[in-house]
Amino acid sequence: MTTDAALPPAVSQQFPSATPRPSLDCPAFNVPADGALALLQYLRDTQGYDFLMDVTAIDWSAEVSPRFTVVWHLYSSTKHTYVRIAADCASDAEPAMPTATGLWAGADWHERETYDMFGIKFTGHPDLRRILMWDAYPYFPLRKEFPLAGLPTEMSDADINAEIGVGVISAPMAGGPFVATPGEPMSAAEPRAKDEAWNEKHEKPE
Amino acid sequence: MVAASPEVTYNSKIEGDITVTRVDAAINWLRTNSMWPMPMGLACCAIELMATASSRFDIARFGAEVMRFSPRQSDCMIVAGTVTYKMAPVVRRIYDQMAAPKWVIAMGACASSGGMYRSYATLQGVDRIIPVDVYVSGCPPRPEALLDALMKLQAKVRGEPALKKQFSAA
Repeated sequence: MTTDAALPPAVSQQFPSATPRPSLDCPAFNVPADGALALLQYLRDTQGYDFLMDVTAIDWSAEVSPRFTVVWHLYSSTKHTYVRIAADCASDAEPAMPTATGLWAGADWHERETYDMFGIKFTGHPDLRRILMWDAYPYFPLRKEFPLAGLPTEMSDADINAEIGVGVISAPMAGGPFVATPGEPMSAAEPRAKDEAWNEKHEKPE
Repeated sequence: MVAASPEVTYNSKIEGDITVTRVDAAINWLRTNSMWPMPMGLACCAIELMATASSRFDIARFGAEVMRFSPRQSDCMIVAGTVTYKMAPVVRRIYDQMAAPKWVIAMGACASSGGMYRSYATLQGVDRIIPVDVYVSGCPPRPEALLDALMKLQAKVRGEPALKKQFSAA
């Protein structure tokens, strides 16, 4: 993959608040939340990064502040290079970020998904609803405190819930989940089975 | 005066021979050989379901080729794929809209048990919301496995009282 070597000096000159972000592939920048849109617009209009590949977020876990980071991936259809922008959300409890739908119409669904999974509100978004889970779903499943197996709740249709009398259950893990543990030596942090299965001997945790 | 016609009685030389049977057997024979599926294709199992319907495997040999996309006209719901919690009420509602008698085949690991999706989003087996008659293993099952499930369902229908499901809610 070719990289855009001329981009980091240009961005540093134009946006002193944008700092280089460690990256193994394409140029990447950390930027304050209120300056993110200006940088995105500069990259789109001046540097030719005309395609918004992805909008996503990172949850650094509840102990860390700032907790949420929104990440944009841009692609240039003329230079054939990528660039990554990351901005921390100011609030940990009510994370918010300005919407990029004014720059790319395609940001609409990306931001809805990020809201659905992380609960980050994109201010100015024209239609910020959940996109994958149903509207009344009470949790944000990709947050760190949310268990992989899920939490019991109601399904979306009240009629059907009354008729069948079952709701969303937490899934039996059956020997899993197969996940890595952060903050341990590499040998201990390998993805491995953490037996959270519940059965007669091992009660289901409430 | 009109004379009594000799033609009124049954004439086996003209009408052919008659067969005597039980009403259960007759009704079940009709049902098993015209079991119209409701293709509830939710994931990759639906591709195998399509293969089962097409010429190499030809589910028409068993009278089940008429995929009805209206629940009013179908007898057997084939749940082919992963049932998410968002989709589950819809599946149940379509099942409720099917006219009795009705049957359900849970096709593949996901529909039977949630499969590999042990997560917050996936219903852990469609039998939590609708009664299932036949489960098919596989991920996805071969078309032969689905045909086998259909034959097992037909055998089950042949053996049950024909009017039992007619008047029951399930």
